[in-house]
Amino acid sequence: MNQIPFIPIALIILVLPLIGFFFTLLFGKKIKQMYLFETGIITTALGLSIYMAFMKLMYYANEKIVSELTWIDLGSTKAFGKISVDLGMMIDNVTVLMLFVVCLISTLVHLFSIEYMKGDKRYNRYFSYLGIFTFSMLGIVFTHNMLMMYIFWELVGLSSYLLIGFWFEKKSASDASKKAFVVNRVGDFGMLAGILILFANYHTFTFDKVFAQISQGVLPFNSEFWLTAMGILLFCGAIGKSAQFPLHVWLPDAMEGPTPVSALIHAATMVAAGVYLTVRIFPLLTGDALLFIATIGAISSFIPATIALTQNDIKKVLAYSTISQLGYMVMALGVGAYAYGFFHLVTHAFFKAGLFLGSGSVIHAMHHEQDIRQMGGLKKKLPITYTTFLIFSLAISGIPLTSGFLSKDGILASAYAFGNLTGYKIFAISGFLVALMTAFYMFRLLILTFHGEPRNEEKYHHAHESPALMTMPLVLLAILSIFAFYTINPLSAQTGWVLKDWLKTPASVVPEHARYSFMVQKHDEKPEAAVKHEEAVAEKPAAESEHTIIHSEEYTEALHHAHYPAMFLSLAVAGLGILFAFIMYFWRKINADKLADSVKPLYKFSLNKWYFDEFYDFAFVNGTLLLSRFLAWFDSTIVDGIVNGSAVVTRQLSKLSGLFDTYVVDGLVNLSATLSGLLGIFTRKFQTGKVQTYIIMVVFSLVALLFILMNYGI
Amino acid sequence: MNHAPLLSLITFLPVIGMIIVLLLPKGMEKAMKITTLTVTFLQIVIAGVIWSGFNYSLGGINDPNSFQFIEKFRWIELTGVAWLNTIKIDYFIGIDGISAPMLMLTALISFIAALSSWNINKAVKGYHAMYLLLVTGMMGVFVSLDFFLFYIFWEVMLLPMYFLIGIWGGPRKEYAAIKFFIYTLFGSVFMLLVMIGLYLSCQETLAAGQKVFTFNILSMMDPKNYTATGILSPLNPHNLRFIAYIGLFAGFAIKIPMFPFHTWLPDAHVEAPTPISVILAGVLLKMGTYGILRFNYPIFPEITRQVIWWIAAFGMINIIYGALCAMAQKDFKKLIAYSSVSHMGFVLLGMASLNTIGITGAIFQMFNHGTITAMLFLIVGVIYDRAHTRGIYEFGGLATQMPIYTGFVTIAFFGAIGLPGISGFISESFVFLGGFGFEPIRLLTILSTIGILLGAGYMLWTLQRVYLGPLNEKWNQLQDLDGREYAMLIPLTIIVLILGIYPSFMLGLMNTSVNALVDFMAKSPQLFSSIGM
Repeated sequence: MNQIPFIPIALIILVLPLIGFFFTLLFGKKIKQMYLFETGIITTALGLSIYMAFMKLMYYANEKIVSELTWIDLGSTKAFGKISVDLGMMIDNVTVLMLFVVCLISTLVHLFSIEYMKGDKRYNRYFSYLGIFTFSMLGIVFTHNMLMMYIFWELVGLSSYLLIGFWFEKKSASDASKKAFVVNRVGDFGMLAGILILFANYHTFTFDKVFAQISQGVLPFNSEFWLTAMGILLFCGAIGKSAQFPLHVWLPDAMEGPTPVSALIHAATMVAAGVYLTVRIFPLLTGDALLFIATIGAISSFIPATIALTQNDIKKVLAYSTISQLGYMVMALGVGAYAYGFFHLVTHAFFKAGLFLGSGSVIHAMHHEQDIRQMGGLKKKLPITYTTFLIFSLAISGIPLTSGFLSKDGILASAYAFGNLTGYKIFAISGFLVALMTAFYMFRLLILTFHGEPRNEEKYHHAHESPALMTMPLVLLAILSIFAFYTINPLSAQTGWVLKDWLKTPASVVPEHARYSFMVQKHDEKPEAAVKHEEAVAEKPAAESEHTIIHSEEYTEALHHAHYPAMFLSLAVAGLGILFAFIMYFWRKINADKLADSVKPLYKFSLNKWYFDEFYDFAFVNGTLLLSRFLAWFDSTIVDGIVNGSAVVTRQLSKLSGLFDTYVVDGLVNLSATLSGLLGIFTRKFQTGKVQTYIIMVVFSLVALLFILMNYGI
Repeated sequence: MNHAPLLSLITFLPVIGMIIVLLLPKGMEKAMKITTLTVTFLQIVIAGVIWSGFNYSLGGINDPNSFQFIEKFRWIELTGVAWLNTIKIDYFIGIDGISAPMLMLTALISFIAALSSWNINKAVKGYHAMYLLLVTGMMGVFVSLDFFLFYIFWEVMLLPMYFLIGIWGGPRKEYAAIKFFIYTLFGSVFMLLVMIGLYLSCQETLAAGQKVFTFNILSMMDPKNYTATGILSPLNPHNLRFIAYIGLFAGFAIKIPMFPFHTWLPDAHVEAPTPISVILAGVLLKMGTYGILRFNYPIFPEITRQVIWWIAAFGMINIIYGALCAMAQKDFKKLIAYSSVSHMGFVLLGMASLNTIGITGAIFQMFNHGTITAMLFLIVGVIYDRAHTRGIYEFGGLATQMPIYTGFVTIAFFGAIGLPGISGFISESFVFLGGFGFEPIRLLTILSTIGILLGAGYMLWTLQRVYLGPLNEKWNQLQDLDGREYAMLIPLTIIVLILGIYPSFMLGLMNTSVNALVDFMAKSPQLFSSIGM
């Protein structure tokens, strides 16, 4: 069917970073240049991935390539039949887009890090960690089943742990890495439960096989409730990894890691894995599950946006902004805007990685100063960084001509249409409010960092533009943040190739009445499509186009109607946000401190991040620790106490029986001895040794005998 | 018998080693150490030969013809003994896919622990003699197919363990040794009673047509072999099989150790010298779960069905309770001991699933816990040897001082957390998949998954407290690993990684037997209970 060996290439791309990790880790101490080896490997992977993405999207855009092999074969039993666990790869348009994003940003971060990390004592180790991260992330990208997803999910968790805690000598860094891993595990806990439900009911982990069974009406435990529950539980993994409410608390702390790491892992790729997971399981999500997802997304976009308004650490602002943007993507998926959700993932990956690398450039120039109150006026000193930062800020604020405008506008329009169709207008309202806040805090950041007078003369004095290896990635990412890569019409993404040709919403497989009302298949197509689907699964995966069209005309109409109002509204709020930022921080018409004072409780609430950390520490961390201390006490005092107690009781009993033995049993023995002794003493009296006594006794005895015999005798 | 007596060789080779050690004159301590190393290394070689000759398609479990490397001959025979007529006891050993992984594990861990014993310099002769006797006991337990023989090996292993803890242990060694000894002995009493009860209920037909009582455990798995009136016979409507089951189970549960019988373990571990902790966690604990699979399951299948929920429930308690207790410990070794309690809970949960994936997970978890926990105890041993303390709060920042060591620590810790790519992940997820697939214990399985969260919590917290953060200047003299420590840690690391990536090496070994056990457990309860009707 196709001439391109996609699967072998994919395997090579996957394994390359692992090789890089392995050798860089082993020889990094001896050979100082190992980082070049690692960077070279990643660049090679990038080259291959560009080739693959290009071939796939240009020539095989409607195909899905799958390859699988049996990993573990457990044979068969009479009672349970055959059991085996498969591994496999799946390459579709989503895969190659994600692949490109991961490889590109990974390569740029490698290059950026060569300068940024210079002089670090574990320089090569850092690069090897980047290698294992890239490997794990690519595993998630390529997987065609839930088990492999989980495996690589945990492995990115490990790489994230290693990289956040890279400067582990700092307590805050080791705290943050631990927190990230454990909080993610909370999400994984739900995800694991979802996987258990999945496997117990479908006996496979493979997405397509599960989808096929669901579309044939096989529901988990025969109930739609469990189908919804399974979807939500699987999504829990995404809540953890994509730092969604209520598990978002680890991401701001994760900024303890080196800044390029934040760009790679905590902005562009790993945190997007949650969204990617949701994209993958999208067809099995019921309407209720989607509504839940949309709600989580809306909350997660709103809360962090309010927190970002007041933060003073350049990276913290960006971190909260990341959570907020991820919330957008999740919300988009939840309201059924599959394509826009994933599209925003891609555009966001570029401009947010750019923002983080830009902040890295600033931090580098300011000798590791991250507080924006110490900055100001850096525009002149860092012209390239400033220009690119401006472009990224425009993109994230959703200003036309940027990529961010295209995807964000699409999400807002979808939320708007969704509100009109279902009555849940809250998603659109929250979406526009977030857009307003985003524009405000981004320009607040930009103005405080680059404009105005330097607030710390000394640091300003030493600041200088970063070397080419650091600015080049910024420029490249800035270019990718321009609309032209996605569509020729800067106002509409719909007509662009990404959305028109590449990203197609997969058909929902859940029973029709459990879907959103507007997600229906055209009825005349349905039987045919179902048959085709079966065949496809039985033989080979069919072309995507055969099961994609799922929106009703009503929805298309609503979206069409939403397009212009949503666009104007989003432009208005973005403009308003930027304007406010200029009024407050550039022209200083309103004193920010005074304003903060006038709404002090709100300001404090935002500054202290809604007190999530305090609450979790109090409720969960301390609760668990308290419980564990209590149980340890219980264990050593009660459980072991019973053991030792029974030993004591046994010993006391033995003492008692010893006493009994000495005084009662042995006492009886001694008593009888004493008695016989006494008897002896008595009888001895008769043993005088004199013959006359004996004769008397004999005679006396004979008399007595005769007397007895005569009285009682015969 | 048309094959070399490999199982006898691997079992009794250490006894020969022990005799050599005892005969060596007092000054030749190095020679004694080398003897132990050589013997245990030879065991690995023999285990390798056994593995290469192992037929993967034979199931074992209850079928004497599909056991492998069988050696069987009359060991004790007394004729005309009162009402018993003939007493006969066989020397009957052999392995199937359930004992084979345990055999490999024992050979491996014995060698690693022998390496770790190198720097024990107190009463070397006695130590190595005891150590080798212990190894024989452990091997014997895993290969015996005759209850009497099994019981002898079980007790043989107890004695050297008592002395190894009681003489070469830490400050409270006497307490710990006595506690271990009495606790296990307490369990063996039940085992002894059940053994005699089964013996008097189960008969074997000799070639001459004569029926004699038997200790053959394979015969005990067939309801047809029971007498009509035997106290533990399913044919006897007033049998005591349920009580016997609980008694036998308790005997094994103490060894696992299962809550609430686990408190001997932290004490024994804390006081035992490093190699003995390695043996204890690596091999000894598995005897409990192995015993349940080998004895309780196929001999009492109908009762196993009845109590299956409880087995899973205790598994869950072990997982959660062990993890929470581990979290509160301040002594590094005690923490690892409690993590053992938690990890052995997975074995109980997995075996309660009664399906292929769960039981495979349970047995694989036994192996993986053996290797990973052995690594953890070696790791504690490494700093204890250097710093002479195990207080978690007394360290900090060791990663700066001992980077390579910390690398191994990271692998072992993440192995214990169940990170994919390391063998523990496969077994833990199989246990969950199996448990969830069996309806009665579904809820317990879900509750148990909290264990992976708690596990990450206490392990990473420990990692942070001991290895990360600023270096505690008190320890800036500590040296990184030496050659001997590499030799202990590298093989284990390689094994856990290989089995994490390609578990089929080990799963293939056990697969047919697990399926045979699953099938047996699916059909035999009816056989056992219907016959009595």
